[in-house]
Amino acid sequence: MGSTFWKRSSLISIGIALFLVVMAVLVNLTSLSQYTWLRVLFGVSALNFTLRASIPLVLGALSGILCERSGIINIGIEGMMLAGAFAGFVAKTNTNHWPLMSSLIFSVLIALAVGGLMGLLHAILSIRFRMDQIISGTVIIILAAGTSSYLYDRDAIAQGKFSSVAIPGLSDIPVIGPVLFDNPPLTYLALLLVVVVHVALFYTRWGLRTRAVGEHPRAADTVGINVNRYRYVNTSIGGMLAGLAGGYLVLEAVGQFQEGMTAGRGFISLAAMIFGNWNPFGALGAATLFGYTQALQNELLLAGVTNVPRQFISMLPYIVTIVAVSGFVGRVRPPAAEGKVYETEGGTE
Amino acid sequence: MEQIPVLEARNITKRFPGVIANQNVNLTLYRGEILALLGENGAGKSTLMNIIYGLYQPTEGEILVNGKPVQMRSPKDAIALGIGMVHQHFQLVPVMTVVDNVMLGSESVRCAFLNREAAAARITELSERYNMAMDPYALVEDLPVGVRQRVEIIKALYRQADILILDEPTAVLTPQEIEGLFAVMDLLRGQGKSIIFITHKLKEVLRVADRIGVLRRGQVVGEADPKTATQSSLASLMVGREVILEVEKSDAHPGKAVLEISDLRATTDLGDTALAGVSLTVHAGEIVGVAGVQGNGQTELVEVLTGLRTAKSGTIRIGGQGMTNASPRRITEEGQSCHIPEDRHAFGMVDGYPITDNLVLNTYYQSPFARGITVNRPAIEANAAALVEKFDVRTPSVHLSGGSLSGGNQQKMVVAREFSRPIQLLIAAQPTRGIDVGSIEFIHQQIVAKRDEGVAVVLVSSELDEILALSDRIAVMYKGEIIDIVDRDDATREGLGLLMAGVKEA
Repeated sequence: MGSTFWKRSSLISIGIALFLVVMAVLVNLTSLSQYTWLRVLFGVSALNFTLRASIPLVLGALSGILCERSGIINIGIEGMMLAGAFAGFVAKTNTNHWPLMSSLIFSVLIALAVGGLMGLLHAILSIRFRMDQIISGTVIIILAAGTSSYLYDRDAIAQGKFSSVAIPGLSDIPVIGPVLFDNPPLTYLALLLVVVVHVALFYTRWGLRTRAVGEHPRAADTVGINVNRYRYVNTSIGGMLAGLAGGYLVLEAVGQFQEGMTAGRGFISLAAMIFGNWNPFGALGAATLFGYTQALQNELLLAGVTNVPRQFISMLPYIVTIVAVSGFVGRVRPPAAEGKVYETEGGTE
Repeated sequence: MEQIPVLEARNITKRFPGVIANQNVNLTLYRGEILALLGENGAGKSTLMNIIYGLYQPTEGEILVNGKPVQMRSPKDAIALGIGMVHQHFQLVPVMTVVDNVMLGSESVRCAFLNREAAAARITELSERYNMAMDPYALVEDLPVGVRQRVEIIKALYRQADILILDEPTAVLTPQEIEGLFAVMDLLRGQGKSIIFITHKLKEVLRVADRIGVLRRGQVVGEADPKTATQSSLASLMVGREVILEVEKSDAHPGKAVLEISDLRATTDLGDTALAGVSLTVHAGEIVGVAGVQGNGQTELVEVLTGLRTAKSGTIRIGGQGMTNASPRRITEEGQSCHIPEDRHAFGMVDGYPITDNLVLNTYYQSPFARGITVNRPAIEANAAALVEKFDVRTPSVHLSGGSLSGGNQQKMVVAREFSRPIQLLIAAQPTRGIDVGSIEFIHQQIVAKRDEGVAVVLVSSELDEILALSDRIAVMYKGEIIDIVDRDDATREGLGLLMAGVKEA
């Protein structure tokens, strides 16, 4: 039953994606663009916004996938993201005098490192100290929120952010070019990471072992795999990806830091991960859907095509998230050993 | 000519805090032989094997492989020494394919990527050589238990194991699958592999072993030669006293119909047909055994009868009252029915609760255990003390958690609770699975005693021996139907085996 369900839903997703591409091409290239409603739904600006809004969700969801596939629940993506954003901002403000590119790259590395440290902290709390992983994740969130707002210097200003790099040739394709191939570097990196994580999880030794550790740690242990080492490594890399998502917000999307700027994106990432059934491409699809609803919210308000109060329109992304996740919650299957401390047999002696 | 043993354990002692699991155990295994290690649950067989497989370190003693002393710090070391283990609880990841499971930890890799083709070819080659057909790309969760076990054996052979430890391999298998396993074991022995076969089933030991070692309370209490040993001599060696293998029971005196099932239909969780029109009547004072290969609807039948699964159609009457799709509580109270579930951890007890509370799970809301909205502790404790005594549940204290008991004592606790209120119907599913001989004996006697009191008993078991020992009539299930009902006196092992395979003579 499960597999036919997934076959059907992936067919439906591919269908929807094709429909969107066709509509986008038609709306942007033909006289259909005269219809405001169609422009709101499929215009290049809506699609661009979709991508921008979904990148942090994609990275956050990949972070969650790496941790949870190895059996560590990561509810703290939000905190790791915020920590990465803040660290990236601090690094940027302190290197404003450097050449822009090196300053930006340095800041990204710092965001990665701090995210990774948050991941490592989560791993130490949940593995070494056997803390409940939900609690540990919550600790990460509160820690990041508290520390970043305490240390935040309101006068600090980051100068400059990543700008778009058009890929020669590809960016000239109508509609698809400006949407997909004329973006800042972290956007490309995030999309590339989806492929990398997918291949790594399903086609490498590391991925096979990671999944085994998350599904049946005892089975992995009995063939000589060090379960907790895999969990430490994965949770730390997961933290780095969440940190990168934060870095994206500060260094590519906004250009500045604001207190609590992740604004629930970590949790929506978690929803994207679940909606995507712990698969990178599934998460990409889910993140795109959530990003699209954010874009729609934005476009609807800008275009002024509806009399619905803006408060209701602003609810759109969250309602879609709730509906999507609650509709799928019985269908998806998390890694079996998720959230459980693993103790080696006789290992305490 | 003195042969060097491929594996030798010398004076192994293993102490856990407060317990000695193994004491001065010596064991030798020669090339190309099957050594059976016999012992009750808790006798220390698994601990010893975990030491040999590197999962535990011995407190004292040493292990020699091919005559050389070795130190094993983890299974990795054991695997490198050519030791493979098939665990009682399969160590397979259900959502992965056979090939992924087999190569896990010893992956075949080409340019950083998994080389599934090479691994699959190796698996196919091994499965052909040892006559264990399997599809390398099948998902493990889709495979029947018997095939999963073959995957485990292939997993060990893939790592070039010369010494195979099979921990209770027959516990989960059907009679046919057991025969298949024995054939594979013969083949492996023929090709020079050495096998340690752990079990507590006497008949199997006599059937396949070259030598028999018996473990009791952590010590080797004897060796036996399968050519001269008998089941009863092995049983008394294993238990330490004379064991009555046959259940003593008089003829049944069936009374009025207690359970009447008519054309019952139900589906599995996945929506497949599980019960395709089952009709059965069980009378007061008789035991009806329900035999069949696992997965032919027995589990679902029990679930429907106890109110845990919804029947799609058909009727159930208990003591004359309609009980189709009644709630479990109504079935227990008005139907005066009780249930010994197949999976005691999931349905029979709360592992983390103390024995006292486990013993009132079906009556806690009634007087005297409840007083208004509060519980009556003294009554609950008095009840526990009485039941533990009466049903021989061995525990230092009734305040320990149910999960801390041994399997046999857990099961006795479940039986004690279920028998603690007046009943007219007993539904017992695999009542003695995975428990020691002493407890099996006790539970069998209790079931027969209930029958003699006039209780109608439905006994579902995948152990043909148990069915034959206890039943007055035997219903055989095949593909969700009762293919035939035979009187115990007319039943033969062969005849039942054919019925279980779906063959019905005209």
